[in-house]
Amino acid sequence: MNYRVLYFASLGDRAGMDAEQVNSLSLDARGLYSELRARHGFTLGEERLRVAVNGAFVAWEQRLHDGDEVVFLPPVSGG
Amino acid sequence: MFRLSETPVAPATLARELAHSGAGACATFEGWVRDHNAGRAVLRLGYQAYAPLALSEGERILKEVREKFAIIDARCVHRVGTLEIGELAVWVGVSAGHRHAAFDACRYIIDEIKKRVPIWKNEHYADGESGWLHPDNTPISSGDRLV
Repeated sequence: MNYRVLYFASLGDRAGMDAEQVNSLSLDARGLYSELRARHGFTLGEERLRVAVNGAFVAWEQRLHDGDEVVFLPPVSGG
Repeated sequence: MFRLSETPVAPATLARELAHSGAGACATFEGWVRDHNAGRAVLRLGYQAYAPLALSEGERILKEVREKFAIIDARCVHRVGTLEIGELAVWVGVSAGHRHAAFDACRYIIDEIKKRVPIWKNEHYADGESGWLHPDNTPISSGDRLV
């Protein structure tokens, strides 16, 4: 499966990029984050993140589809 | 209306958009860029947003506030990009028939934005370092709405 993954804030700094195309065998958001966490050395665990697919918040168990845009959202600090 | 803006915003202009003949109160909140945080001198801030979700979540908050409080209108603009000390980072405005609803709704909006809207603040410090703020140390349950 091919996914487009966007990185924001500290995840972007750690990955050294804002976005990437990921070819993965992971079929859900949890599996994909686990894979990318190992690849990029993210320190934030999934208990501190939320996940969005195609611009909407979803559960970690969300089944992913080819071409999905996936974003792992660190705790926010707007305002 | 929830907006993200890459350019400075004018509070007086925004407040006039709330005008309504039935409004007896207008409460506004301005978040400004401060020159220090947690004991460190701050030179400037960088705000980053996941725009599609920030806009939809911001609109969701404004819809909630209309359901919870007796208000006429509510608007918010959040800056993105690089901001200097003293600049306006976020503006919230509410018009209502009476002041209590206007104050309460205004506070609800800014509090929820800080909790839920995917916008992040990068502090650039006087010592040359910088850091993204991820202030929430409590676990975030999977996929549940933080309401």
